[in-house]
Amino acid sequence: MTFPFPSVLQQPASTEHGTPPAVRVEQLSLRYGKKVAFAPVDAHFPGGQISALIGPSGCGKTSFLSCLNRLHELIPPARVSGQVYLNHCDIATLPLTPLRRQVGMLFQKPNPFPLSIYRNLAFPLKEHGIRDRTHINTIIETTLQEVGLWSEVKDRLKAPALSLSGGQQQRLCLARALALKPQVLLMDEPCSALDPLSSEIVEDLIVRLKGTYTVLIVTHNLGQASRIADQVAFFWVQHEVGQLIEFGSTQDIFSNPQNPLTLAYVRGRRG
Amino acid sequence: MAPWISLLPAQRHRFSAKESLATAVVWGVALGITAIFAALLGDVVWQGGRQVNWVFLTQAPQRAGLEGGIAPIVVSTGLVLMVCMGVSLPLGLGTAVFLSELSRQHPFWSRTIRLSLDILAGVPSVVFGLFGNAFFCKGLGLGFSILSGGLTLACMVLPILIRSIQVGLSGVPPEYRQASAALGLSRLGALGTLIVPAAMPGIVVGILLGIGRAIAETAALIFTSGYVDRMPASLLDSGRVLSIHIFDLAMNVPGGEAPAYATAFVLVALLVIINSLVSGWAKRFQQSKIQVL
Ligand SMILES: Nc1ncnc2c1ncn2[C@@H]1O[C@H](COP(=O)(O)OP(=O)(O)OP(=O)(O)O)[C@@H](O)[C@H]1O
Ligand SMILES: [Mg+2]
Repeated sequence: MTFPFPSVLQQPASTEHGTPPAVRVEQLSLRYGKKVAFAPVDAHFPGGQISALIGPSGCGKTSFLSCLNRLHELIPPARVSGQVYLNHCDIATLPLTPLRRQVGMLFQKPNPFPLSIYRNLAFPLKEHGIRDRTHINTIIETTLQEVGLWSEVKDRLKAPALSLSGGQQQRLCLARALALKPQVLLMDEPCSALDPLSSEIVEDLIVRLKGTYTVLIVTHNLGQASRIADQVAFFWVQHEVGQLIEFGSTQDIFSNPQNPLTLAYVRGRRG
Repeated sequence: MAPWISLLPAQRHRFSAKESLATAVVWGVALGITAIFAALLGDVVWQGGRQVNWVFLTQAPQRAGLEGGIAPIVVSTGLVLMVCMGVSLPLGLGTAVFLSELSRQHPFWSRTIRLSLDILAGVPSVVFGLFGNAFFCKGLGLGFSILSGGLTLACMVLPILIRSIQVGLSGVPPEYRQASAALGLSRLGALGTLIVPAAMPGIVVGILLGIGRAIAETAALIFTSGYVDRMPASLLDSGRVLSIHIFDLAMNVPGGEAPAYATAFVLVALLVIINSLVSGWAKRFQQSKIQVL
């Protein structure tokens, strides 16, 4: 008997032709102690596409994302049931380090480390075993270029990352995630703490990630969802439990939703 | 005119009566405490500072401290402090890191450690002295020595040290941990590069409180490092520390009040110097590690 992918454990989800893995969840749900954040969800987020998660506050969008890189494990009362697959690999079977290297994350509030701009990128690389200086410098330059920050910061790489503007900080955080060469990117309202102009810049960056990364993005900005997403998942709170109400192509969700709740939400009506 | 505008002056009036009372109380308390502190310090500086000179700092005491100086006593104090902090700092840092980072995985152990630290923090120093005498001097055979005294003090300052370091660690913004976890970074890497440097202010408070308590300690050292006022030749020699010297001069030596004041002045000055050195070092350490602006 032969195994088609001999290095399954190291590179669980990479495929031969380099398309990023699809994210599939089966009966996935999460609760904090007794409080159920979201009820079992089945969904398939195609590789290389952008899927937007929308819904009112408290419907479990952040909780849902945190299951996909097992960040919920930082919160002691959080319990997950169900499975998450990257292609065919159950993430519960993966060690945390490679999983989180493969599934990057961007948070609502830009959270650069209180280090220099350079060290914000170099420190995670070193921690992941990349020690060669010139290699590190190359990665830093290319990722900063990818997020359009290189020309702005190349003369002050030693300056504190916290001296950057909010929008620049968020792009630095994106660069920090991209430097580790992830295949999936989770973004939790990445633009909501930014001014409109920076928000636009970050949004344009996200669009450019399409094809290279599988992106799941939470957003309260329906316009943003309709502009950038291929699929939209609509969450809603029913009986104090978050539910995935409808999941479909952006076109369908915004122009032809099947569920009256979805219709009401995308039309901007309440309840 | 909107109705709420007419409400404002009356409200402001009510607030201001209460507020000025509160302001007066706060100022009164602050000034009162400052005054007490200033009177104490002024007394020590006035009565002690005048007698401190080069001879006093560089000679050994003679006639039970009535003449000569306090050089060996300063050296013994420094050595006791060094042993104390050298042992308690790594232990304290390790325990605090355990309590703040691993308590979730080991709730039983962290609760046990926390409880015993709280109990230890309330134990009078005489009891530490008796314990140190039984365990370090007799049990481990270290005798009356600077080493025994330093180790006893280390046990004594550990609770304060651990508590303050732990408070410092838990004050580190949770975003740092979240961000480093999301990048798949090792706990240890995040600790050394981000968390501990960011917790430096708390760690400094712990060190300073610890040093303050250790340098002021008398009872625990009488039983462990002893009275001998000769210059110590090694850590296994007995050595008299400043606080014991003050105690001895004031209580047992007729006419010893003047040198006692002088010694107290040196003790306070030493504390100030150590504090500024530690704070300066900590600031530089933090800046070399992280850049918070
Ligand atoms: N650490 C926690 N402990 C207990 N309950 C939590 C915790 N985090 C979230 N919850 C609860 O889980 C539910 C879902 O929260 P979640 O943060 O996932 O919502 P969200 O859709 O991201 O909301 P928002 O749009 O405001 O960010 C909420 O009812 C919330 O109160
Ligand atoms: Mg959220």
